[in-house]
Amino acid sequence: MFNIIHAEFLAPGVKRFVLEAPRIARKQKPGQFVILRIYEEGERIPVTIENADPTRGTISIVVQSVGKTTHLLNSLNTGDTILDVVGPLGKPSEIEKFGTVVVVGGGVGTAMAYATASALKRAGNRVISIVGARTKELVILEREIRAVSDAVMLTTDDGSYADKGFVTDKLRQLIENGTRIDLVLAVGPIVMMKAVAEMTRKENIRTVVSLNPIMVDGTGMCGGCRVLVDGKNQFACVDGPEFDAHQVNFEVLVQRNSMYRDAEQRSMAEFQRALDGNKGRRQVEAACAVLPGDER
Amino acid sequence: MSSTASKKSLNPLSLKERIKIPRQTMPEQAPGQRAHNFEEVNLGYSPELAQLEARRCLMCAKPTCTDNCPVGVKVPEFVELIVAGDFLGAAAKIREDNVLPAITGRVCPQEDHCEGKCLLSKKVHPLGIGFLERFVADYEQRMGTHVPTNVPPSGKRVAVVGSGPSGLTVAGDLVHKGHKVRVFEALHELGGVLVYGIPEFRLPKQIIREQLDYMREMGVEFETDVVVGRTITIDELMNQEGYDAVFIGTGAGLPQFMNIPGEHLNGVYSANEFLTRINLMKAYKFPVYDEPMLDLHGKDVATIGGGNTALDAIRSALRLGARKAYVIYRRSEAEMPARIEEVHHAEQEGIEFHMLTAPVEFLSDGKGWLNAARCIKMELGESDASGRRRPVPIPGSEFDLPLSVAVIAIGTSANPIVQSTTPGLDTSKRGYIQASEETQRTSRKGVFAGGDIVTGSATVILAMGAGRRAAKSIHEYLTTGQW
Repeated sequence: MFNIIHAEFLAPGVKRFVLEAPRIARKQKPGQFVILRIYEEGERIPVTIENADPTRGTISIVVQSVGKTTHLLNSLNTGDTILDVVGPLGKPSEIEKFGTVVVVGGGVGTAMAYATASALKRAGNRVISIVGARTKELVILEREIRAVSDAVMLTTDDGSYADKGFVTDKLRQLIENGTRIDLVLAVGPIVMMKAVAEMTRKENIRTVVSLNPIMVDGTGMCGGCRVLVDGKNQFACVDGPEFDAHQVNFEVLVQRNSMYRDAEQRSMAEFQRALDGNKGRRQVEAACAVLPGDER
Repeated sequence: MSSTASKKSLNPLSLKERIKIPRQTMPEQAPGQRAHNFEEVNLGYSPELAQLEARRCLMCAKPTCTDNCPVGVKVPEFVELIVAGDFLGAAAKIREDNVLPAITGRVCPQEDHCEGKCLLSKKVHPLGIGFLERFVADYEQRMGTHVPTNVPPSGKRVAVVGSGPSGLTVAGDLVHKGHKVRVFEALHELGGVLVYGIPEFRLPKQIIREQLDYMREMGVEFETDVVVGRTITIDELMNQEGYDAVFIGTGAGLPQFMNIPGEHLNGVYSANEFLTRINLMKAYKFPVYDEPMLDLHGKDVATIGGGNTALDAIRSALRLGARKAYVIYRRSEAEMPARIEEVHHAEQEGIEFHMLTAPVEFLSDGKGWLNAARCIKMELGESDASGRRRPVPIPGSEFDLPLSVAVIAIGTSANPIVQSTTPGLDTSKRGYIQASEETQRTSRKGVFAGGDIVTGSATVILAMGAGRRAAKSIHEYLTTGQW
């Protein structure tokens, strides 16, 4: 059992949890994730670690309501518990002094982008952060990102906040302005990461993406998270989750992530039905009050 | 003196009479019925059947069965106790050497060990040693197990990494010696491959839970959700948490793929993933359980490989409603590494075997889903390194087998997590941990290893054998301090 010592919505349907997990807090590094399971019949889902406090023995995660499990998770509050939290999993981000690094975060991918951006900043890099969201109220962690970046560029798809457009528009601007970029790190929806990869490939800019395939155990045992990188099988949980963006086969990733779409929709529909007449309905509905969001 | 028939035997029958008793068959669910449920196939001996079977034992003075048991179960002694009607005594006798008798009685390939060397098998069928072991273990469980009184604590602490068969054996053996043992498990449930790998119809999870309860009563501590190497390292266990010795039994790990075109299509699974979804995550109870898996009803499913894992996967698929269930194996039945009993059970249930056949490509339906496997027929050539005849493709023999789901069960390679985070821990070229075959010692002082992470994919009983040797040498190390 893992205690939730703080829970707060960052945006509609996007919640940050601070969990008591001393061992994970001591060991985690930016770029790593945990797998959690809420209750006995629950599935195991991977969630990126956003931050950690080794002294207090806590980690924080940011969760967006997408399917049944994330909706249930986001209905939990301070004082509740999560049955299983295991980690830190995956290889940490490569942190060294590269020079100028552009960190691109889309949707809740911004949470991991923030973790890595702050480590890159501490390592002496010039950090330019590009953060994109669908709409104003889904922009998360702006203050935190600003604190660790030399420059921040914000976009919303609908123009309700900052500049209207996509993160790639900003990246193109930087490239066209002749900004010297030594590394791009992109974390977010697959379409976004793919678009970033296509743009930087032409410019020969080293680019890293953090992948989010379907995963079960997270320790290299099941092979469900295999991704095609440079034509070879790689397991995101032990070989990743970060890979060279120019070598990743994004089409296969999209296709494999759709494998359980029917089951996921059925699960969500039955969950919604079960909420009717439920005592905790209002609470859960508050958690479900989400605009159709980026899946991450 | 003859090597058979000890004088003191309680068995009134002459050797000739013993040989005349046929091997008592294991009562089992009818194939047509069991192919649609996850209940255990074998139903177990009654006390009468067990005693009748036990009377077939020749009570060899030099028991080759015991010699060929990786953990050295004293077979004639426990069988004699069954003959005498002392079933609890028989269970206690097995437990002197085997901490998981209800499990090995079900999944051990007896034909390769005890029963394979049974003297009876020279003339008739071997003694049903596995069936008898299962019987007494289950009897003991029903009667309420006898937990041995605590031995004086040694003051030493041992960390066991992994709660599979090798780790549990180490833990069970070491608490008997008074050491404090804590077992760390990466998954949320204990048991390792016994839980995520072996299906309910062959090894009910309840059996594992009972064995774990027994170990808890003996004083073994368990902690789930700890990935050693990530959550905590071996060095931290020893230096910060104060363990005097560590045993690494992390199992085989990464599933191998064939690296043929189409392996990334939706519908292509590794056996580990397929079985984990079913056994550990109970995906077949979706949507009561949340973990999804593809609906197999009316689908054609194949498993690739000839081991127990392949059979476990395909027999699970059949139970989940598959219309056709195939095993595709590149060698012939004689080379199949699976237990004979499982092969027979699978045949009875209607599994179709494509022997001497190997997929060369998985074909898509054009939308990213598996549609068929393009296969090639093989013939057996020269013997290879494993001593088995190497399969050679027959040119022009390709054919397409329509499939919706394919499960790849061709083995595993070493999981690197512990090795890559433990400086000074020597590994083989293929990434497995190097450990002495005799003492299971690794290149690091106080660190021992055994099971699949040392040998590569093997069996439950071989892992337990390694655990047994490790426990013995850990005890020696803890008592003498000598490395």
